[in-house]
Amino acid sequence: MDMTSGRRGDAGRRQFAPWADPAAQPLVRFERVAKRFSGHVALDDLSLDIFEGEFFALLGPSGCGKTTLLRLLAGFETADSGRVLLDGQDISPVPPYRRPVNMMFQSYALFPHLTVAGNIAFGLKQDGLSKSEISVRVAEMLALVRLEALAARKPHQLSGGQRQRVALARSLAKHPRVLLLDEPLAALDQKLRQDTRFELKELQARLGLTFVIVTHDQEEAMTVADRIGVMDQGRLVQVAPPAEIYEQPLNRWVAGFIGDVNLFEGKVALQDVDGVAVDSAAGRLRAFSTDKVTMGDTVWIAVRPERIRLVPARPGDAAPTGNAIAGRVADIGYLGGVSVYQVALPDGTKVKATLASTTRLTERPIGLDDEVWLNWPADAGRVLVR
Amino acid sequence: MSASSTDSSVTPARSLGQRLVILVPYLWLAAFFLLPFGIVLKISLSETALAQPPYVPLLDLSAGWDGIKAFLGGLSLDRYGLIFSDSLYLSSYLRSLEVATLSTLMLLAIGYPIAYAVTRMPARTQGVLVLLIVLPFWTSFLIRVYAWINILQHDGLLNQALLALGLVSEPIAFLATDKALYIGLVYSYLPFMVLPIYATLVKLDDTLLEAAADLGCRRWQAFWWVTLPLSLPGVAAGVLLCFIPIVGEFVAPDLLGGSVDPMVGQTLWTEFFANKDWPVASAIAVTLLLLLGGPILIYQHLQARNLRVGP
Repeated sequence: MDMTSGRRGDAGRRQFAPWADPAAQPLVRFERVAKRFSGHVALDDLSLDIFEGEFFALLGPSGCGKTTLLRLLAGFETADSGRVLLDGQDISPVPPYRRPVNMMFQSYALFPHLTVAGNIAFGLKQDGLSKSEISVRVAEMLALVRLEALAARKPHQLSGGQRQRVALARSLAKHPRVLLLDEPLAALDQKLRQDTRFELKELQARLGLTFVIVTHDQEEAMTVADRIGVMDQGRLVQVAPPAEIYEQPLNRWVAGFIGDVNLFEGKVALQDVDGVAVDSAAGRLRAFSTDKVTMGDTVWIAVRPERIRLVPARPGDAAPTGNAIAGRVADIGYLGGVSVYQVALPDGTKVKATLASTTRLTERPIGLDDEVWLNWPADAGRVLVR
Repeated sequence: MSASSTDSSVTPARSLGQRLVILVPYLWLAAFFLLPFGIVLKISLSETALAQPPYVPLLDLSAGWDGIKAFLGGLSLDRYGLIFSDSLYLSSYLRSLEVATLSTLMLLAIGYPIAYAVTRMPARTQGVLVLLIVLPFWTSFLIRVYAWINILQHDGLLNQALLALGLVSEPIAFLATDKALYIGLVYSYLPFMVLPIYATLVKLDDTLLEAAADLGCRRWQAFWWVTLPLSLPGVAAGVLLCFIPIVGEFVAPDLLGGSVDPMVGQTLWTEFFANKDWPVASAIAVTLLLLLGGPILIYQHLQARNLRVGP
């Protein structure tokens, strides 16, 4: 198999959205799968399609069932009910060792008695490839993860980042139809993790393979994935591309799980072509809504902290659909690149607003305990009914 | 970190207390191994004598330099010459090696599956099973061998059971044969084989087996390519813990085995107690020690490598 055949240019990547095509056949299909572990529901009647060439992220808090879903596809678990299909074939009865699917384990699970090359060759030997074929493939994989110089090392002689790359090379060596990655970057330190995310993404695009990653790190999921499946308590809460998940969260739980969010609870007072007006404790707020709402309904307006502007004086009425509420700066969290301002409203609730550090902290017009106005356009707020 | 503690980590200057602690094991070895070995070595270079103690020369320090010269002149390698020329001794050594090799193989064949099976049990059951394996140690070794005499004798439990089941028509002679010897040895040394193998297998990460399955291994292939190679340090420890003491074993062959071809332990006993030939007995002991030195050194080499490489 030519590993470059699936190469997709940037232009192709932008248009890549097979999930939006009703005629597209999924590579992997979970069909109403359910799984319990001694009373605990790991998967609850879950259905999901994953498409060829997709980088799919399963995101959720620990215990949400995301790892169980991955292990179901690898063959280490069997569903209590439902089916798992690969290329339209039910693979439920196929044992793990015969599935054209490989897994990269969270602990890497490298064989400590084998060298780097031996680890990568392990699966190829099981397939009965000839010695020359194996050595060609191992060299190819070593080059892919840039570990040519360390082929003869044992795992314990490698750094964490190098071990991670060996694990990746080993799981890719057999050219799986789907590569499963179980928290592949969790063991790396922060800086390395951020760099590796982009490498992983780049590698997947270059190979054109289907990757399914399990992670509890939302930043990681946002960075690498074409689509994210947000899971909670054995169910998929929302499946969508990262930007859609972030900008159009389906409910308060997703909005709070992915990134920071300010939620204003209130009752629908008005709905017109410009959106919705909600009466909240902070006053009348205007927001954008795709959901149908009725007057008097209790809803929540979700506003991301980076969409809120802090101004020292009441903004003018230039934007009638904008929102402006008064508050006092209660805390400033300086994170370097951005600062998080906690603004206390008169009723005591706190609103978060993040500011990019474009000026030095001491030179900013707004400091601690200052009276400020929070200002955001109506379309920065999103109405959530759940 | 203060400057003084940085200095002490650069140059590890040991306090007097630390030096004394390090000295303890050396003193122990000197007092209870080196000194006795020196005495045995000296006796092995002596001549038998009708005296008390039954050998010459004796070191007479009161005679000064002449005494030491006379003492050194009296030493000889004759006993070793005897051991290597008389086929009696040679065949005892070979017999010991043969018995130790065979019984170690049997122990491995029985011990490995036991250790493996224990690791497949739930954690709580494992504790109970390990306790059961160690339990016989709570009774004296000698008493357990006597119990085996009872079981294996002509009208013992085993023969009664075999007769009752109709498996044999007349009692089998177990006692004073190799059958009894191997039963006794395998029984006695089984924990020494099972425990080190269990200790390495129980540390084995199950994820490695999942990884093997993921990469195309059936269960037995995963065992062969992953479990077995990773348990080899335990196997090596078990083999040496059994093989070395069995070579010098005395109680089991003397009480359970036949008297036709003695193991080296029995030969040594005969020389020492029956023939009162301390020098030959000592020479046998020293030769045995050198013979076993090889395996012990190999074992230590493996241990050291494991410490470097990790499990």
